[in-house]
Amino acid sequence: MLLGRVTGTVVASRKEPLIEGWKLLVVRQLDAENREAGGYVVAADAVGAGVGEVVLYATGSSARNTETTRDRPCDAVIMAIVDEWEIGGREVYRK
Amino acid sequence: MQLGRVVGTVVATVKVPGLTGVKLLVVQPLDRALRPVGGQVVAADAVHMAGPGELVYVVAAREAAQAMPDPFVPVDHAIVGIVDAVRTLAGDDPAAPRPSPPPAPGEPAGGPPASGPTPLARRGTRGRAPS
Repeated sequence: MLLGRVTGTVVASRKEPLIEGWKLLVVRQLDAENREAGGYVVAADAVGAGVGEVVLYATGSSARNTETTRDRPCDAVIMAIVDEWEIGGREVYRK
Repeated sequence: MQLGRVVGTVVATVKVPGLTGVKLLVVQPLDRALRPVGGQVVAADAVHMAGPGELVYVVAAREAAQAMPDPFVPVDHAIVGIVDAVRTLAGDDPAAPRPSPPPAPGEPAGGPPASGPTPLARRGTRGRAPS
């Protein structure tokens, strides 16, 4: 899984019927030092995350392993909202 | 699977059902010489015993979920083992340089002579053309 910050939402009215009802969020990847790294992904939300929150997202076919995304075309899913993380005993982020 | 070093922990109370009680750890992937390679990832701890600083191995992609108590979870990296020792061809020290491959049978150590007729290329020799 990767750490990311939710930076926006995506609205699409014309879409594949299988993905109707999803909340789609734009996520910017973060590295372990809470710096923006990598790119943006659009991820389906399985936990009720909001804009500005730091989340964990899973990519690839693992992203289909939620009740929201089961057997649906999804390759990125937000699966946790991060409260805090630490590296080597040093707190890097706290909600 | 890939070697990695646990460098941190992540706390998340809101998460998908099926991950309750599962520890999430920040892992730095390593190459065979235990040098960092690529970016750090968050892996679910399927062995329930990995801690910061520990050398582990990690399975990636959808197979990672198979290691979890509930396999229907969106987990794409899971720690599946704690490493006791790494032995490579260079010996026990993974940071040691890799030795050159042993000479083919019947071939003197140090490769074929530089002059004289060259036998047909053997498997394992790098196609030296006759001069």
